[in-house]
Amino acid sequence: MMISHACGGEALVVPGGMARAAVVPLLAVALAGTVLGSLCIGVYPVPLATVARILAGLCLPEPFCPVANWTDAQLAVVEVIRLPRVLLAVLAGAGLGLAGATLQGTMRNPLVGPDLIGISSGAACAGILAILLDWPEWGLLAAAFAGGLLALAVSWLLAGLSRAGGVLPLILAGMAVAAFFTAVHGFIQFTADPENKLPAIVYWLIGSFAGASMHKVAILAPPVLAAGGGLLLLRWRINLLSLGELDAAALGVRIAGLRWSVVALVSLIVAAQVAVSGIIGWAGLIVPHFARMLTGPDHRRLLPAAALSGGLFLLAMDDIARTLLAQEVPIGILTAGIGTPIFMLLFWRTQGRGWTDA
Amino acid sequence: MPDPAIDFAGLGHAFRPGRWVFRRCSATIGRGRIVALLGANGSGKTTLLRLLLGVLRPTEGRLAVRGRTAFVPQSFQLGFDYSVLDVVLMGRAGQIGLLAQPASRDAVASVQALDRFGLAGLARCPFHELSGGQRQLVMFARAMVADADILILDEPASALDLSNQAVILEQIRLLSRQHGLTVLFSTHHPQHALEIADEAVLMLDRDRCVHGPAAEVLSEANLLALYGIPLRHLPFEHGGEMLATLAPVWRG
Repeated sequence: MMISHACGGEALVVPGGMARAAVVPLLAVALAGTVLGSLCIGVYPVPLATVARILAGLCLPEPFCPVANWTDAQLAVVEVIRLPRVLLAVLAGAGLGLAGATLQGTMRNPLVGPDLIGISSGAACAGILAILLDWPEWGLLAAAFAGGLLALAVSWLLAGLSRAGGVLPLILAGMAVAAFFTAVHGFIQFTADPENKLPAIVYWLIGSFAGASMHKVAILAPPVLAAGGGLLLLRWRINLLSLGELDAAALGVRIAGLRWSVVALVSLIVAAQVAVSGIIGWAGLIVPHFARMLTGPDHRRLLPAAALSGGLFLLAMDDIARTLLAQEVPIGILTAGIGTPIFMLLFWRTQGRGWTDA
Repeated sequence: MPDPAIDFAGLGHAFRPGRWVFRRCSATIGRGRIVALLGANGSGKTTLLRLLLGVLRPTEGRLAVRGRTAFVPQSFQLGFDYSVLDVVLMGRAGQIGLLAQPASRDAVASVQALDRFGLAGLARCPFHELSGGQRQLVMFARAMVADADILILDEPASALDLSNQAVILEQIRLLSRQHGLTVLFSTHHPQHALEIADEAVLMLDRDRCVHGPAAEVLSEANLLALYGIPLRHLPFEHGGEMLATLAPVWRG
């Protein structure tokens, strides 16, 4: 005797293994194209061929360098102004995409983003304290990074007090820590000098890549590349975090250790991102949904796609931020203002395929 | 018994000092045996399963589980709509290194395990679109790719219609007979125990646990002590063979 129900017919079959396999290479090509385009556009346009030659000159060893037939102004615009900004946007976006996709998988909850577990709030709180105290740039970056990790440690301790296993204590602890640090930085803003300090704090909190430099790239790159690399190596294991406690134990998976390792890697990325570019809301929530709509829920494909989509998304948003109006629009406003309607459209078109509450 | 698969004696567990869920439970289960675990709600069946799976440590007594275990939960909820193949692949977790990805041989083994239950055609279907019976069979396939020696099932047929109950019971029997798996399943259906189990463990109350051949342990007296209502053994003839079922007497 066989169980007779079919799987609901063709419409329910997960579409296109081949199409899914092509998603990551296509996103990589799209990101590379957008990077080149971003280096060309702006108040001072630079032709694509010139940008390509300048990049070749920067990257290739001496004997292979092209002839330097560009102006000093073009070189300065590409090398000093746009390249750090593009690299920073790509790294921050890739980090947020990876962080969000990983957290949603780890917590088994599609509503989770990097903001939820308190890391962004902790980093922001320490960062504005540094602005208030007139610390130099490196002090602000170090404070924000330390604040994010402090928030994680407090969440960790709070969650550990709960006898209940699973993800709920961590989510609740993260929400409580986020709310506490939000209250603290609200108080700091309330007491800040409205002439000198408050605008700097508000602008930093909204999030921007306007102050990009190779120094900031050097701060952001190691945690994003190292922690991101670690998450990519663990990408199949993140699927296993969907299992229940008993189930995982029977399969020999130490689920609590894996969950905390993954959350620690995510925290490194998010704290570093907030340190160099402030809070960029929504990217860590909507980018994983976009990637999941393309690849399905298997983290083996989802995580690379989320990293590439995140880089693509923030880079495109930053291009709009610096070219839309005469005055630059903070990217945090654009990610929410443009990103959420795009997300709603995608969600409506795909009917939220990729996750289930079944 | 030489080298039993599961062996426990004087086993007991308390989540708080003095608050025993159960105690003084003993059983020695040989390899390849099918064992039913019966008990009223709250009698400690799930706690015993958690002890066997190593999630909890016994508060008292001795416990040895010899072999790789696989668990089939009562219900399997996924936050995301993983495909059937993704779910079966998860069974390979014990064989794949921490930082490694499943290789093609893992995927092949998973499809072969699905084929064993007639589900290879559904490998790319979203798991949550399957019926309850299909989901249970996918869980069996996952246990197969885990190369488990011991299969532990939590009420495997509790939410299924009669037809699907028959399929699941038959598959449990085949897994044990053809692959030599030791199977321990909890159930609220004494008929299921009578139908396929070689042995039964009855958790009669907090301090009393009975283990023995299913036909002996599932006596009317024990079942009355277990559920508080009478159950009658009803022998009947079917296709020239004498069979028996258990019928609860709802109105005493």
